Amino acid sequence: MKALYSLFIVFLALTPWLRAQAADTSASRVARGRALATAGDCVACHTADKGKPFAGGRPIETPFGVIYSPNITPDRDTGIGGWSDEQFYRAMHEGVGPSGRHLYPAFPYPYFTKATHDDVSAIRAYLDTLEPVKNARKEPKLTWPLNWRYLLHGWNWLYFDEGTFKANAQKSPEWNRGAYLVQGLGHCGACHTQRNFVGGEKTSQALEGGLLQGWFAPNLTNDKRAGIGAWSTDDIVDYLKTGRNSHSGATGLMAEVVTDSTSKLAPSDLHAIATYLKDQPGHPQDVSPLQGSPTLAAGRAIYRDSCSACHQYDGKGVPQLFSPLVGSALLQSRDHTTAIRVVLEGARTAPTDARPTTSAMPAYGWKLSDAEVAAVLTYAGNSWGNATPEVTAGDVKTVRDRLQVEHDH
Amino acid sequence: MAKKLPAVDVVLVGFGWTGAMIGEELTAAGLRTVALERGGWRDTSTDFAVTFAQDELRYMWRGHLFQEPAHQTLSFRNDSNQTALPLRHLGSFLPASGVGGAGVHWNGQTWRFLPTDFVMRSHNEQRYGAAALPQDMTVQDWGVTYDELEPFYDKFEYLCGIAGKAGNLKGVKQDGGNPFEGPRARDFPNPPLEMAYGPTLFGQAARDTGHAPFPCPAANMSRAYTNPLGVMLAPCTYCGFCEKFGCGNNSKSSPQTTILPVLMRRDNFELRTESEVVRINMDSTGKRATGVTYVDTQGNEYEQPAEMVFLCAYILHNVHLLLLSGIGTPYDPRTGQGVVGRNYAYQVVSSVDVFLGDKILNPFVGAGALGVGIDDYNGDNFDHTGLGFIGGGYLACWNTNGRPIEYHPVPKGTPKWGSKFKKAMAENYLTTATISTHGAVMANRGNFLDLDPTYRDARGRPLLRMTFDFHDNEHRMSDYLTDRAVDIAKAMKPRSINAKKRTGHYSVVPYQTTHNTGGAAMGSDPKTSFVNKYGQSWDVPNLFVMGSAVFPQNAGYNPTGTIGALTYFALDAIKKQYLKSPGPLVQL
Repeated sequence: MKALYSLFIVFLALTPWLRAQAADTSASRVARGRALATAGDCVACHTADKGKPFAGGRPIETPFGVIYSPNITPDRDTGIGGWSDEQFYRAMHEGVGPSGRHLYPAFPYPYFTKATHDDVSAIRAYLDTLEPVKNARKEPKLTWPLNWRYLLHGWNWLYFDEGTFKANAQKSPEWNRGAYLVQGLGHCGACHTQRNFVGGEKTSQALEGGLLQGWFAPNLTNDKRAGIGAWSTDDIVDYLKTGRNSHSGATGLMAEVVTDSTSKLAPSDLHAIATYLKDQPGHPQDVSPLQGSPTLAAGRAIYRDSCSACHQYDGKGVPQLFSPLVGSALLQSRDHTTAIRVVLEGARTAPTDARPTTSAMPAYGWKLSDAEVAAVLTYAGNSWGNATPEVTAGDVKTVRDRLQVEHDH
Repeated sequence: MAKKLPAVDVVLVGFGWTGAMIGEELTAAGLRTVALERGGWRDTSTDFAVTFAQDELRYMWRGHLFQEPAHQTLSFRNDSNQTALPLRHLGSFLPASGVGGAGVHWNGQTWRFLPTDFVMRSHNEQRYGAAALPQDMTVQDWGVTYDELEPFYDKFEYLCGIAGKAGNLKGVKQDGGNPFEGPRARDFPNPPLEMAYGPTLFGQAARDTGHAPFPCPAANMSRAYTNPLGVMLAPCTYCGFCEKFGCGNNSKSSPQTTILPVLMRRDNFELRTESEVVRINMDSTGKRATGVTYVDTQGNEYEQPAEMVFLCAYILHNVHLLLLSGIGTPYDPRTGQGVVGRNYAYQVVSSVDVFLGDKILNPFVGAGALGVGIDDYNGDNFDHTGLGFIGGGYLACWNTNGRPIEYHPVPKGTPKWGSKFKKAMAENYLTTATISTHGAVMANRGNFLDLDPTYRDARGRPLLRMTFDFHDNEHRMSDYLTDRAVDIAKAMKPRSINAKKRTGHYSVVPYQTTHNTGGAAMGSDPKTSFVNKYGQSWDVPNLFVMGSAVFPQNAGYNPTGTIGALTYFALDAIKKQYLKSPGPLVQL
């Protein structure tokens, strides 16, 4: 950390020299910046009104309160038009705003820090080409004492490792490109890695799934049961490109990620991401399927009545349209929040040019009780080779109550 | 005063099958296209999801997907000497309202018409002599041939993923298919559905009696299918809720399940729902449509200028709009002059219930077009000499539904309620098959559509008036078809049968089919047709009429396959010729 700090001093000393260089605004650089901004899915958080992309204002829900994303269009007063390139880099690399204030880590600078200076500058070059939009930032609504920004010094000390990505010479260039994107701009871990009670990443469980905003973002490691170990590299590419593959379809927050980001990435980058993910072993657990429980019999009856029309009796679904439940990571995750949520309120996959048909599941929350939802998920999670601990009516009630709160807002 | 909107290239009046097909092809050709649909947006997962799609009371009996007569209806009479009265309930036919139109609530029976159907007058005159066609029978040739339409039938079938078995591949007869059909360039995109037991027994009896049974062509998916647009459909679950229902499983072809996922993503396409077109606007020459005027649910009026206007609503609305807009000469049955409203036709159907008693048929295992048919008595597939009629229809045994409220097959004479009814239901529900006949209706001088002189709609406009009855040709043909169905029914060795002939005057009350046709017929002569073979108005070359309004008479088949083929045929000519040089596609 101290070494990093020294580097930082050196870097600051160099800043005037860097600034003196004329900005490279060539079309190819802007195009590269745009591709990188797409990889970072900047538009997702920094857009509240689809008609004003990047103008910010979207409420970002955190366990500590709501933060509103800032305007990153080049507007001088309310956007980042007045920032120097170095101020932009510092925000991305260190999580520090132009006034020296620490940024909240809802802005994923702990990931963006891995991006190279050149890549960050290209993103800035692209953002400079946007239409400036006036949209003043709303103040965050955080609970005390987390609204004290100086606490972020301590948070950063504990959980933030500043530093550009360093390639692993033992691995292929493709693997390293994937690692760069996954760990850096792609900030996959922001959702797919579990956080501790103050929002720090549990790095020992990287990409093994995380709970946020009422969703459980599934395990992305090569774990065959709870992760995507059964997916081939091409399956991962298909999923990211089209929002769909023969195992699953992107819904919820991931549907946005596919629409705004991964479906627009270069095939080589998607391959790189898949290569890297296939090399993450995770921590597979031995779980035996439940047997003999009366819940299973009840769940089987509900399944046949309510689910089998699309997912089929054998749980195999319809390729690319109705997700198979055989081998489903969501059903077998250590946390069943997403599976419960999908049954209660339904789900829609994101349509893409390659897969224009929306695959949709209707809501069952109005039709099935907590105990019935629990039974059918327990059945599906323990059939056809699947194995997962029993889902309880209490688990379902927790999710239902939360959705009710969301709807009431 | 209507608010004038920015002009577009294409405006589509109505957004069902033909609107979606035209929207998709013309936006792909780069044209800015706006579709105006009087009803609301509807999609599978939101409007007929599996959790509530099979609600018979809501959809069938309360007509959730249909046009509301309180909002828009028509008046009806059997002949010109009567005073027409408005329909206050839907009955004989069920037009839709809303995105997808009746393409949402159809069964999915997707046929090709016979080559001879397109040359109805010349073929029958040649074979049976001019005297075989009575004076009042105003049938005519379509001006388009089966061979011209074949590639476009094919295109529509592949769009929809039709399940079936070819009977004629490039002139070579195929075992197990319909040997009477016109030659196909290739087989159906999907194999036939799994056949139910009742239709299978019908097929055996039909074969035993010298007929050629085949699995009927179905827009219900026999397997998962991805169409040429990349849109995906799922295998049918045989739930038996097709006609009058939306499919909750993406298993029935509809605009929603075959086209809209692609079309709705196009930047040059815009759909405006709850926008009811009230008038086609014309320039001062009367030779060019300038666009349309429509009204939204707030009562605000808008003028939408467009280079091309396509009438894509249901046949009754298309003809109504032409009459209200004063385009073309209205048909006058006394003189036989005029074309708008001329040659309105329909379908004549009958059935024979076959009470088998000892065979469990599981009628609840159904799909809209799950059945075995024979075409031996359709069109001119058989010698009509001495029969006193022309044309014909198919016979089929369907397992479309065993829905609890609708389906109660009981022998003739059974009380309508009470313990005897219940006993008869319990005895026959599982063991009864029904053979349906599906007859053509020939155009007749006395059958037509015009504006009602008395009754007006909610906007103060005259209602469309339908004047229609079955004539001798229909009765003789339908009786003949019913008798043939009885022959086959008897060969099924039933305990008893109940032949339900179509007798007397046409009644608009009981449901028959939503196969209304004509009123803006196509042909080769502007004196007897409103449009040329491309659906293009003779008088107004930038106005096109789609759908069954252009049929000069009806054939013995469900119309959707031919509507699809005619639409793609017209689009092909529009893209290849009209867009380069707007004007008449057929020179006189």
